[in-house]
Amino acid sequence: MSIVADSGGPFLGRLSLHSLPFWDMLQHPTMSNIINGIIATGAASLVVIGALVVIALLTKYKLWRPLWSDWVTSTDHKKIGIMYIVIALVMLTRALIEAVLMRAQQAVGLHGGFLSPDHFAQLFSTHGTIMIFFMAMPFLTGVINYVMPMQIGARDVSFPVLNSISLGLTAAGAALVMVSLVIGKFSTGGWFGYPPYTEATFSPGVGPDYWIWALSLAGLASTLTGINFAVTIYKERAPGMKLMRMPLFTWTALCTAILMIFAMPPLTVATSQLALDRYLGFHYFTNALGGNMMNFANLFWLFGHPEVYILILPAFGVYSEVIATFSGKALFGYRSLVMATMAIAILSFTVWLHHFFTMGQNANINAVFGIASMLIGIPTGVKIYDWMLTMFRGRVRFTTPMVYSIGFILLFVLGGMSGILLANPTIDYQVHNTVFLVAHFHNVAVPGVLFGMLTAYHFWFPKAFGFRLNERWGIISALCWIFGFMGAFFPLYALGIMGLPRRTVAYAQARYVPLEWVAFLGALLLLAALLALLWQLWISIRDRDANRVFVGDPWDGRSLEWSNSAPPPEYNFAVIPSVQGRDAFTMAKENHSAYERPDTYKDIELPKNSAMGLVIAALGFALAFGLVWHIWWLVIAALLAVIASMIVRGFARDTTRLVSAQEVRREHHRWIDAVAAATAVSRANECKTVNVGLAQHQANGVVP
Amino acid sequence: MVRLAAVCGVILLLVACAGDTHLTFLDPQGPIAHQQRWHFYWVLAVMAVLVAGPIFVLLPYWAWRYRYGNKSSTYKPNWDFSRLLEIMAWGGPIIIVAILGFFVWHDSHKLDPYKPIVSKQAPLRVEVIGYDWKWLFIYPDQGIASIGTLAMPVGRPVSLHITSATVMQSLFIPALGSQIYAMGGMVSQLNLEASKPGKSLGENTMYNGNGFHQQKFTALAMSPADFKAWVIKVGATGIVLDAQTLKLIARRSTRSDLIAALPKATSMRGNVYFTGVGKTLFPAVVKATMDGTKTLPNTVFASASAATTPAKRNSGAVTEPSQ
Ligand code: HEM
Ligand SMILES: [Cu+2]
Repeated sequence: MSIVADSGGPFLGRLSLHSLPFWDMLQHPTMSNIINGIIATGAASLVVIGALVVIALLTKYKLWRPLWSDWVTSTDHKKIGIMYIVIALVMLTRALIEAVLMRAQQAVGLHGGFLSPDHFAQLFSTHGTIMIFFMAMPFLTGVINYVMPMQIGARDVSFPVLNSISLGLTAAGAALVMVSLVIGKFSTGGWFGYPPYTEATFSPGVGPDYWIWALSLAGLASTLTGINFAVTIYKERAPGMKLMRMPLFTWTALCTAILMIFAMPPLTVATSQLALDRYLGFHYFTNALGGNMMNFANLFWLFGHPEVYILILPAFGVYSEVIATFSGKALFGYRSLVMATMAIAILSFTVWLHHFFTMGQNANINAVFGIASMLIGIPTGVKIYDWMLTMFRGRVRFTTPMVYSIGFILLFVLGGMSGILLANPTIDYQVHNTVFLVAHFHNVAVPGVLFGMLTAYHFWFPKAFGFRLNERWGIISALCWIFGFMGAFFPLYALGIMGLPRRTVAYAQARYVPLEWVAFLGALLLLAALLALLWQLWISIRDRDANRVFVGDPWDGRSLEWSNSAPPPEYNFAVIPSVQGRDAFTMAKENHSAYERPDTYKDIELPKNSAMGLVIAALGFALAFGLVWHIWWLVIAALLAVIASMIVRGFARDTTRLVSAQEVRREHHRWIDAVAAATAVSRANECKTVNVGLAQHQANGVVP
Repeated sequence: MVRLAAVCGVILLLVACAGDTHLTFLDPQGPIAHQQRWHFYWVLAVMAVLVAGPIFVLLPYWAWRYRYGNKSSTYKPNWDFSRLLEIMAWGGPIIIVAILGFFVWHDSHKLDPYKPIVSKQAPLRVEVIGYDWKWLFIYPDQGIASIGTLAMPVGRPVSLHITSATVMQSLFIPALGSQIYAMGGMVSQLNLEASKPGKSLGENTMYNGNGFHQQKFTALAMSPADFKAWVIKVGATGIVLDAQTLKLIARRSTRSDLIAALPKATSMRGNVYFTGVGKTLFPAVVKATMDGTKTLPNTVFASASAATTPAKRNSGAVTEPSQ
């Protein structure tokens, strides 16, 4: 018994009963241990019960087979995109609950509170890690996956199986973070895990190892995704889709892909070096024997700053599409917006040092990086003005995506302003590492990234599933997000200026209390926003038959992804469109060349399903889990199996299948018949059930 | 804008009714924080007027004026370019950034934390060692040290040399000025000055474990005479900082844990004072951390006899060459 409790021996590595969340509570039942044990055990049970419920439901409704053949082995970029977004929503739920817990703790944190410091530290570490790597990244990767190939008139991404493998690796990383709730503990070193705190000397447990391997899986996945997206955009565009005709969202996808390719390696290097320190006693970042943690800070932020632009650029792309569409007007300053996007992508590699102005380098260096950081404000400002000018002389419809977009612009301006403040080394010396900084990055991450992705979700949902989401609950949820954000984070600006450091579990200043409570109420409103979003999904599914938009163009869209049915056929386009200019679908509608019946159809070649994604996911997870717990036989076995599976895959020759011309023709005609039978709606009715996805034609200067 | 004003209002209100500890650079207690406040307001004002103002006015106005239901406003669905507007869209931010960039360059140099503060008096030297979860302040020229309070005379610059004996930390006294990282095996510097007597919040802002939130101290600014008296008091009442005591300090524990663990708890309102602190202690800790050795050479601990004659070592003005 005691052997089991202390260590698992060669077979289980470091695994033991101590790894269970309730063990401490049972061994040392103090009040604090009990409260924290109950919370941790509750969270662990949620994970386990959640998994069991999913398994039970799948079995009950006999969904294992469709799950296998239609989803997990699918190489369809649309299915993969949707699965990414499902991961993102699950992880968003967890990370948001953690955020509310932290806010609750701080609200009662004068001289104490209910969470132990260690528990609180795990919360901010998992929250940050999840939000960045397993919420925002999968969300944007999913949206790009779904939308970008259709926007450029392609049938799929360049490397569909690789796409599925990237998804698998992301899922494995997310699973690792989830498992850390049940077995062992996560890192307490925050989302950037600075050594030497995360070195074995100071954090001997499994926490930093969970963090390292979860990031490694996610980082590898993103690198592969970046390559896949970039190649797709370079090589798979439909005839006539010149670079300067690409929709802005695709441009941002390209920039993000390039950033992924160049920004992920420094992270992988830094975490690998840390792993070498921890596992093999190297001294890259230790205090002693020539180690230097400043190298870690450099490498991490060499990744970290471009990373925030990886997150925000696709959101900018979404807003560009949404604002043009719902203003009934061409995007203003397309060329400027493209240039601004590229400028941001390049500049984002030149500013990383602003994350450690306070590390002691001289004033010249700080000033140069401070000014470089401000330079990013220029293209960002241009974007904001161009979006506003897109609304100017338009016909603005205040649908859910547009409510998010307007909320975004106004709030993002404030976030940008606090960013400019932080770019002043002089001011950064005062607010660095305080909750002012927390307020700043949430002020860009929440209205920017999160709202951007939710906007994308509302905008393209009807395309993906064939019915519109409930508009009323959409607006309610959007307003809750917006006002909840303001409540939760504006007080943090003030608290930061009052000297409250980030990552503080408790404090001794009674003056912090009122603002902490405001922030807590704001966080509750954010939780309500998430619940409203889930409720909206539920009732939208319930009412789906009334809200079908099979014709496929519910918002009078401008780019090619609106030119097919909703949901689109697996091969996206019966005939690859030929592109005449920017806003390809709007042009087609104007020339009456949309919805045509071509004379001839061809067989379409599609990638076959592949289990590679799932195999790599399982092996990647096993490998990482083995590394975390020092279960060496598992590590070796998983590693060999990965290599073997790749070799086996290398011999696969029969990797594509054909969709016959007749079938394409049948499906296409079914859709064109539906188009012919549909009544076009005016924009005034776009959120009503009469909208079946056919937009009234907009003649010059006259609004439909 | 309204919101922004409201936030600023709240801040001011809270600062106005502040307690006896000064928390923020908006309530500055020294020249550095004072200039930082000025810089902060300036940048905020430039941006509020030039960036936020136009956007917060124009965006709601345009969104409303060009709303779908308003059939009387101009509608130009294909209008997507205007050279003049593009020039303004790029030119505006460029000018704003140029203005702000000038301030960045100027003030980064002026307020460089490494830059000694110009003063008629030689700076008071303090060496700071960050332990988990407490700061040890060594006054090498006075032969004393303190945990819990960083005392300083008003009107005289303080030159801090900072290191960490464990993980990375960040030393910060908001009401006096900048923060700077403390890192093992390295020495960073910070120059501060208090211009009026009073207590300011001091803290570590870089997370370093369970006791992180308790790693606070009081920056206590006092008149030169009071400071003299303080040094004498510390010299007289402090315990000897010997190898054994330093070991206790180096344990991962909060200040109150330390006080409980000290055999002769000479704690003064939560502070611990030491005498007999040698000049070589600080460099020895830096070197030991860099080398990864656990024990310091015995020579760094001054003999206990030095502790009995603190008055001789006290200083109004330092006679030794500083730095
Ligand atoms: C939606 C509502 C959200 C709430 C209420 C929330 C709340 C919080 C809280 C309370 C903290 C800890 C602050 C502290 O250290 O004192 C935190 C940290 C953090 N959050 Fe969020 N957050 C939200 C969304 C997001 C999003 C969307 C992202 C990123 C895309 C994000 C990324 C982070 C990161 C990176 C940290 C820092 C973790 C660390 O200290 O290492 N959060 N958040
Ligand atoms: Cu950055």
